[in-house]
Amino acid sequence: MNGMSFDELLPVVFMGLMGLAMLVYVVSDGYDLGVGMLMHRATAAEKDVLIASIGPFWDANETWLVLGIGLLLIAFPKAHGLVLTELYLPVALMLIGLILRGVAFDFRVKAHATHKPTWDRLFCAGSMLASLAQGWMLGRYVSGFGAGWNYPLFAAAIAAALPLAYVLLGACWLIMKTDGELQQRAIEWARIAWLPMVAGLVLISMATPWISATVRARWFVLPDIIALSAIPLMTGVSLLAVRGLLGTRLVRGPVCWLPFVLLIVVFVLGFLGLAYSIYPFVVIDRLTIWQAASGPAALKAILIGVCISVPAIAAYTVLAYRVFRGKTDALRYA
Amino acid sequence: MDPLVLARMQFAANITFHILFPTISIALGWLLLFFRWRYLRAGDPDDRAAWLNAYRFHTKVFALSFALGVVSGVVMSFQFGTNWPGFMEQVGDIAGPLLGYEVLTAFFLEAGFLGIMLFGHGKVSERVHLWATFLVALGTTISAFWILALNSWMQTPAGYTVVDGRYQVASWLQVVFNPSFPYRLTHMLLASALTCAFLLTGLSAWQVLKGAASLAAPRVMRVGLTLAAALIPVQIVVGDLHGLNTLAHQPQKIAAMEGVWQTERGAPLLLFAMPDERLRENRYAVAIPKLASFILRHDVDAEIRGLEEFRGRHPPVLPVFWAFRVMVGMGMLMLLTSWAGWWLLRRSGWQPRRLPRALLRVLAGMTFSGWVATVAGWYVTEIGRQPYIVHGLIRTADVASNVPAPMIALTLGLYVAVYGALALTYVGVLKYMAEKPEQVLATEAAERAASPSGAIAAPLVEEAAS
Repeated sequence: MNGMSFDELLPVVFMGLMGLAMLVYVVSDGYDLGVGMLMHRATAAEKDVLIASIGPFWDANETWLVLGIGLLLIAFPKAHGLVLTELYLPVALMLIGLILRGVAFDFRVKAHATHKPTWDRLFCAGSMLASLAQGWMLGRYVSGFGAGWNYPLFAAAIAAALPLAYVLLGACWLIMKTDGELQQRAIEWARIAWLPMVAGLVLISMATPWISATVRARWFVLPDIIALSAIPLMTGVSLLAVRGLLGTRLVRGPVCWLPFVLLIVVFVLGFLGLAYSIYPFVVIDRLTIWQAASGPAALKAILIGVCISVPAIAAYTVLAYRVFRGKTDALRYA
Repeated sequence: MDPLVLARMQFAANITFHILFPTISIALGWLLLFFRWRYLRAGDPDDRAAWLNAYRFHTKVFALSFALGVVSGVVMSFQFGTNWPGFMEQVGDIAGPLLGYEVLTAFFLEAGFLGIMLFGHGKVSERVHLWATFLVALGTTISAFWILALNSWMQTPAGYTVVDGRYQVASWLQVVFNPSFPYRLTHMLLASALTCAFLLTGLSAWQVLKGAASLAAPRVMRVGLTLAAALIPVQIVVGDLHGLNTLAHQPQKIAAMEGVWQTERGAPLLLFAMPDERLRENRYAVAIPKLASFILRHDVDAEIRGLEEFRGRHPPVLPVFWAFRVMVGMGMLMLLTSWAGWWLLRRSGWQPRRLPRALLRVLAGMTFSGWVATVAGWYVTEIGRQPYIVHGLIRTADVASNVPAPMIALTLGLYVAVYGALALTYVGVLKYMAEKPEQVLATEAAERAASPSGAIAAPLVEEAAS
């Protein structure tokens, strides 16, 4: 990035910020949605603990989606219009899923007790719908909204794989946040989800260069490929470590947090791989970040706010996670 | 159907549903802080328990409203792009930072501390918890500040320059503090306070009617009625000033609100009429002569500019005209019931069970009156801005997306079905909670008993007493 002026650098900075917001969203709401999708496997009493484990967090987690999409809207308005018009229907379905998930969370404990199972089902269905839609959108986005038989197939594969990744993440969250019988069951859920999730990831990693010439050209060149191979290698090692841990007794004890953290590493690596594939496009092959960006004056005005508020947001997010650290007990409003 | 009309209907459906919940949570946040403060300050154990009860009950209402506000707000952040892609392309440099600051300074503040406020009592100190409650209330209000700044800028744009068809900021101070902003912000914050005042009063009245009233009900009703009775006259004055401001900057909106077709001196105030856009006149008009001129210009013979002067540039008349009458009518009803209610409640020694049941029924019936007035008011100002999205500068039709009509119709149907069901459920759940407060508390106690480690199970009252 030598020789780039500050004004030229601004869109890059905002692409980074937007990516960061999306990454935090996918990881943090990913475990919420994963826990939501695991609801149908839990007993009535376990459901309360499942909900309690994500209760204090889901709201703030979802806010990262608003920030991510907000940054797309305000920093890259042209891309925002293009992307959301292309993804019109899946966006609507995701939003309805998120609505159902969000309100079921509150209604289930406030409505008449006989309605609770219905709200629990809606919570599960909403989480599932949102995850599927997000997977589909990711697939369409990565492939540059291409037309032809192979593109929807590719999107469908990601739509199937992303919920599995969320389920695995959610199960690992539960391993960290619960104990006793429920923890044991969460380990089993994680074991079940691991293989199809990994298979899906391998498949998608192979399909992405096949579907996009741009991605192929970025990855399969010497000597870059040697340095880049670190990403898939580290991902593989982390995933194998997760699987290994799930088979040991250690995971029920002092390292119960490790599978969750390793999965976050996997998500971050996947994100870096994706970012490397796409940059400098904001919509692959169609819009670069400079073509899509707002004027430098507007970006500077937002950047000031970002520099002040993002550290503050990070600080009180850490505070919230500290307050509710450790094993989850049943949640109650106080 | 026309995709533009469908896109507008979809956005209107979403924004209508959304505004219901911030309208409650903005003021309810501060009321919760007030309940907490009364609880901490109370000496008498009964008094203490009552305020704690009030706090706990309304925390549930707040949590529910907040969740509904969040989920519908998330939808909105997407619909800017799906429905009006051209809007941000043209005014993104102005609207973007305002929306960005809303998310960064307010949305995260609320969402971050809400967890601690709702679930953290007993996990953090009393002081930290009070701070969390304060920051959530502050967050909702800051949120209103930014959103109303943007909305007001779209009504009365200022502080911008146009470079190559893109709007750029000349002065942020003028953009934020544009001519209609102070009026609109005050009007909305008061609307929120009044909505909550009637909500508190109505739910308490319902509890008394159903024989489910706790120690909290009389206190809450007193707070609600006092707040309503005190603020409604202020709101009427502010509303009038807001109207004068609109007359200066958006005369065609006023003409539509008053049903004035031809520019005239001594314009009458129409109590009833059916404005007919095809004939360009009012049918079945019932009017008080010269009163509109007097209200708007404080002079019975003053001139009011008519819609004819704005042909092709004025909003659809019928919805604006009637939404305005619904808002004002509801305001008058609120004035009447809050003053009568406050006076009678005072005479009964602040004991709602001694109030006439008819009055309790009226108050319970007005639980959501604030919603009606607020939504009607927003319809006046938003439909009244049409055919523009930014008044006088950018037409709504020019920024719409090219998504095919059937797709918009399908998602519109989905949203309306979900929103309709949720609004009904919300009202139903509030009614249920009001009728069965002990049952709601029992569920809570059961959850507490099931809690494995008991870290947050310390009962609040005991802790406070020690």
